[in-house]
Amino acid sequence: MMRVTARLSDAEIWAALSEVPDPEMPIVNLVELGIVRAVAWADDTLAVTITPTFAACPAYAVIDDSIRQRLQAAGVLDVEVRVQHSPAWSTEWMADAARSKLQAAGLAPPPRHQGDVLQVLLEPVACPRCGSYNTSLCNNFGTTPCRMIYTCIDCKEPFEMFKPL
Amino acid sequence: MERAHQYALSGYLIALADDELVLGHRDSEWTGHAPILEEDIAFANLALDEIGHAKLWYELAADLLGEDKTTYPDRLVYFRDAAQFRNLQLVELPKGDWAYSTLRQYLFDAFEALRLEALSQSSYTPLADVAARIRTEELYHLRHSQAWVLRLGLGTQESGGRMQAALDALWPYAQALAAPLPGERDLHAAGIVPSSADLFERWSGEVTQFLAKSGLQANLQSPVSDFDRRTHSPHLPALIEDLQSVARLDPEATW
Repeated sequence: MMRVTARLSDAEIWAALSEVPDPEMPIVNLVELGIVRAVAWADDTLAVTITPTFAACPAYAVIDDSIRQRLQAAGVLDVEVRVQHSPAWSTEWMADAARSKLQAAGLAPPPRHQGDVLQVLLEPVACPRCGSYNTSLCNNFGTTPCRMIYTCIDCKEPFEMFKPL
Repeated sequence: MERAHQYALSGYLIALADDELVLGHRDSEWTGHAPILEEDIAFANLALDEIGHAKLWYELAADLLGEDKTTYPDRLVYFRDAAQFRNLQLVELPKGDWAYSTLRQYLFDAFEALRLEALSQSSYTPLADVAARIRTEELYHLRHSQAWVLRLGLGTQESGGRMQAALDALWPYAQALAAPLPGERDLHAAGIVPSSADLFERWSGEVTQFLAKSGLQANLQSPVSDFDRRTHSPHLPALIEDLQSVARLDPEATW
């Protein structure tokens, strides 16, 4: 018997993608992270267009796989994940819901910058645990390309911030 | 875009990508060996970013040449011989001490910041968009390498001495940044890419000023190294052999 693809509606596709976690920050899903650009049917193939965060993000292959798997589990037989680099992804595209989740998990969310990254880098960063601004930059780089490391002088804990991009 | 420009631009981008790849490889050699844990993390990230930027440029070249961009970057990286690479000698020199690697990163980052600023204004939109992406990421590189040049330059007698020695060794190689990239003349005339000589003039002014502020003296009478991106030091074949050894064991393997 020939298998027939489940022709999900746009709303169903976006809902399914909202269940795909970011591999490095599983508390946040791909839609609220702001990397899903478009979904479209071309005949029986469902094309999902994404814009990766950092150029060298090592999580990309896993993201590609998890999108495919989630949609195949919903009955879509042919899924194509396309990469679109322009316009470049920006932390301005991250939803407020994602920012709150990062904050709650102890990862300082990227400050809003309206296009001027250097300007916000001059501003003090609040500790996601105790809220103190008595913090100090420890490293421009962190455990993934998208993070940098700070120390909170008040609660004495190190923490990471998602880099504004 | 005209066909001749497409071809010229692919060569230009491959040269840019080769710079990123080779510098990224040298940066990666610090993983596990940097003087402090934070710098181990920093250099591992610099390496990852540079190699990621190389991939973006190779993919753009693939688009221009009608090649498959999912396989073309790996073909260029793993299956070209060292003689076919078009990177600057500046980035292929062994990593040296930490002062040397940090200063090289600064000299390169400062030039790249100017080039990316110009490329993000390119009349060829796909190029302008990729340049804009890389440019924001590079802000963090320059901020980092600049801070260390200043700290080490003005630090102790030993740190300042090592930075000055690194500068004396690297400065002649850095002069090659002024040379046009492959295809640059025609592409510049068409408004697609900037002139390296113009960028170099700005770079030279900014960098010598910053170095002076860091207590370091660039030797302006320094002899100029060979400008030709086809000429490499013996260090490149060794690096490429290392980089390609696993891929060449089994060229058909899938990853």
